Amino acid sequence: MKPYYRGIKLIKRQVLNIQVPEPGSSDNINKNENIILEFSNVEKTFFEGRLKDYALKNISLGVKRGIITGLIGPDGAGKTTLMRLAAGLLTPDTGQISALGMDVTSDYPAIQATIGYMPQRFGLYEDLSVQENLELYADLHSIPEKSRPSRYQELMKMTGLAPFTSRLAGRLSGGMKQKLGLACTLIHTPRLLLLDEPTVGVDPLSRRELWNIVQHMVKEEGTSVLLSTAYMDEAERCEEVVLLYEGKMLGNAPPGQFKQHLNGKSYIVSVSGIKKRPVQEKIADYPSVIDAVLKGGGIRVVLDVESPPNIEKLLPGVKGVSIEPTPPSLEDSFISILRSRQKKNERTGKKPSRIDVRYQLDNSNENVIKVTGVKRRFGDFYAVKGVTFEVRRGEVFGLLGANGAGKSTTFRMLCGLLPASEGTMRVAGADLRDAPAEARSHIGYMSQKFSLYGSLSVKQNLLFFSSAYGLSGSNRGARIKWALDEFDLLQLADSNSIDLSLGYKQRLAMACALMHHPDILFLDEPTSGVDPIARREFWSRINSLAEEGVTIMVTTHFMEEAEYCDRLAIMADGEILALGTPEEIKAGQQSSDNPDPNMEDAFISLITGKENENS
Amino acid sequence: MRANNMVIQSKSAQHGSSILRMRGLIRKEFLQILRDPSSIAIAFLMPVFLLLLFGYGVSLDAEHVPVAVVVEDPSLDTANFTSGFYGSRYFNPVTVRDIGTAEQELRNHSVDAIIYLRSDVARQLRSPEGAHIQVIINGVDANNGRIISGYVQGIWSKWLGNRALARGEKINLPVKVEQRVWFNRELRSKNFLVPGLIAIIMTLIGALLTALVVAREWERGTMEAIMVTPVTIRELLLGKILPYFILGIGGMGLTVAMAVWLFDVPIRGSLWLVFVTSSLFMFAALGMGLFISSVTKNQFVAGQVAIIATFLPAFILSGFIFDIGSMPWMIQMLTHVIAARYFVAILQTLFLAGNIWSVVIPNCLALIVMGVFFIGLTWKRSVKRLG
Repeated sequence: MKPYYRGIKLIKRQVLNIQVPEPGSSDNINKNENIILEFSNVEKTFFEGRLKDYALKNISLGVKRGIITGLIGPDGAGKTTLMRLAAGLLTPDTGQISALGMDVTSDYPAIQATIGYMPQRFGLYEDLSVQENLELYADLHSIPEKSRPSRYQELMKMTGLAPFTSRLAGRLSGGMKQKLGLACTLIHTPRLLLLDEPTVGVDPLSRRELWNIVQHMVKEEGTSVLLSTAYMDEAERCEEVVLLYEGKMLGNAPPGQFKQHLNGKSYIVSVSGIKKRPVQEKIADYPSVIDAVLKGGGIRVVLDVESPPNIEKLLPGVKGVSIEPTPPSLEDSFISILRSRQKKNERTGKKPSRIDVRYQLDNSNENVIKVTGVKRRFGDFYAVKGVTFEVRRGEVFGLLGANGAGKSTTFRMLCGLLPASEGTMRVAGADLRDAPAEARSHIGYMSQKFSLYGSLSVKQNLLFFSSAYGLSGSNRGARIKWALDEFDLLQLADSNSIDLSLGYKQRLAMACALMHHPDILFLDEPTSGVDPIARREFWSRINSLAEEGVTIMVTTHFMEEAEYCDRLAIMADGEILALGTPEEIKAGQQSSDNPDPNMEDAFISLITGKENENS
Repeated sequence: MRANNMVIQSKSAQHGSSILRMRGLIRKEFLQILRDPSSIAIAFLMPVFLLLLFGYGVSLDAEHVPVAVVVEDPSLDTANFTSGFYGSRYFNPVTVRDIGTAEQELRNHSVDAIIYLRSDVARQLRSPEGAHIQVIINGVDANNGRIISGYVQGIWSKWLGNRALARGEKINLPVKVEQRVWFNRELRSKNFLVPGLIAIIMTLIGALLTALVVAREWERGTMEAIMVTPVTIRELLLGKILPYFILGIGGMGLTVAMAVWLFDVPIRGSLWLVFVTSSLFMFAALGMGLFISSVTKNQFVAGQVAIIATFLPAFILSGFIFDIGSMPWMIQMLTHVIAARYFVAILQTLFLAGNIWSVVIPNCLALIVMGVFFIGLTWKRSVKRLG
């Protein structure tokens, strides 16, 4: 916890100059347990054709005045439906919703006039400038002309958008758009603020700035906030957390209370001198282990029993291992709650078996990707300004960076989708300039949007992709059978892929990318929006692929996923700012202010360092 | 500090100014129109393009029709007859030696008709049975064929008359037809195409553009954001109708100016009546556009529906090109639900005939009914809700 808050203070001074509440300070406000938004026995169903689909089942909760309440849960849990119900944009089938002392269902125009609501994709008018967007919302809220200039100034200062007031909203970066959206929502200083995943797809730096603005509103204006998020670290910053899963509420309590049941069940296993990934796989297979993930220099383990584990039993015959207890995190709690639910529903969490590869591991020091001095120019603009790195066989290599840092361009060049303007790129021994087709036959690519054919069934998708990769006859049949079996898709073989849940879509997309036994797998933000259980399964598959000698290159916005990588490169403005193992990168950003930075701290410190250098 | 804010807030929620909100919405809409090249293109470039295309490219008049004239045995009589073709602006005759070549030319479309005078035509002319002149017309385009046939007959009867006159004889025709063409004396097809085209263009601006821009707000999520503000449905609808009404009237002015100055279409009715009736039509078209987008909420679908439900019917069933009177009765019934039909009738009357109230008033009433129906329906359907 400690270094976390230090990180915020750091930003406070550097970027925004906003007072950040101390962890305990808001307790004084919520002593009077005033409820500003209340759901009682709310149900909401949608019809998908003739199928009745529960979006929310029997929800009762109270959002308290003057604090930030976090709404957490994976995609499809019903977060957006709940937000829209609270904003009076949807009507509940049964149950009652009241906000600010009014009934939301009947008094919705009054509710809509009073609250602040920021939908997931905040509807900015992209062909209007920052100032014009603000003016529109000022007009809509009838802000008196006299008080406008000072209000605009205040909001622009708070969001750091002051230098960009005449820029068209469509030309802003993702993070800046979200900040402008928030500024428009805050123009009339609402008492209740509903924010639907305000930080999704936003880089860590902008995420911190958004949080600072929200916390400022809570502290200075007494605003009450309901904020939905998929990031566990954000949930930790809320005073109160509501956990939604498949339309049901699994809990509503302060984060500390959520974690209580895991006291004495969370441990860090440190290893030295051996590869961490096999150790993690081994621990994850152990019966009483709920969760085992790579974290920092070791492996974070959550058990379902309170006795400290016997390291000899856990890892028989492995040397150089030590185990230490650690305070439980909200993510530990979330995973354990979800896992126990899944057991109740008797859903099988099939562990991936070893995936076969064409080339067996022969030389682990062989570089399969070699990028030297690569630049990419679009007109006068350099999206990538000379990057050099190498990736070894069987390595999991992460590419991190804010929106517009040049990640996607680098990725597209490596996949042979975009030629480099300068420099050389060798992939699986083939030069991308001379033999792009040869290089491409060694590559599997899974895009962020999964690129599946929605109206084709699972099987037809597999058939199509295997044919596209040149597989045919019995070879193809065997491969499809393998994919259905391996990814647990057999029962869904004839369902249209558009009807699959996000987690299954992701599995199918990965299966499609693996049909031709690629040596290198490119994954472009493969886990955004996928629930944590599915995410763990996904990483477990990646791990076993890497163990088999498949080289994995991945981009991600999740800082904890960066820790799962063997090595990573942090990019900004088309350059690589840091390259190395997660430990090396974190160690490189140690300072007297922050002797033990986590990945997010390191990332932000690198990016702000770069920005200061530029200005 | 906090309490203060609450008071201000609740006051402004109750006494928020509708005028201020409307001003914001309308200003936003105009900024978007100015900055979005596609709106400008639909509102101004497309009308100009269509008007030029139809004004210059499409003509229902048959002029300079290429005909092959085959005279097997030229004589003074035949020369007398064929001179009628050479002197006419409707025909471009070419002399061909034999019928075989002429047929070949008809087949490869270098001529549209053949006038065939056999070798015995001069002799036949002097016999009591009279002469046979063969006329072969390319009938693929029936309309064109009919026009050519009429022209040939005209030349023939003129020649007959002249011939009788020259001989001092009287031809005895039982009925003499004296033709007078009203309203469009020169029978220029432009004079009636261009006013109809204006109605089509207005349908395009009114229905297609509104359908697209409202659907765009749903698609981009701006509608969801704007709903959770004090704005009312009435303000949202007016905020769309007024800017596009002004844009539509602007497009109207442009096309009327082009019609008068570029295409020399006479305008015999009053300009103010043109303005009033187009305003009525604009409301009906905007209403349809709003209704379509409130149902589809998706730009692509809204565009498709708008084209299929408003633009194409306006093109085919409004009487702009195809005469409604000659359609089967079922289709004629169908044309009554096409708003453009009434507007085409009004505009053709106002341009070519003048303020004929017995035409203008019933058609205006029909437009009012349609406008009220569609805007009312959209209003009723619209709630500040998503589901």
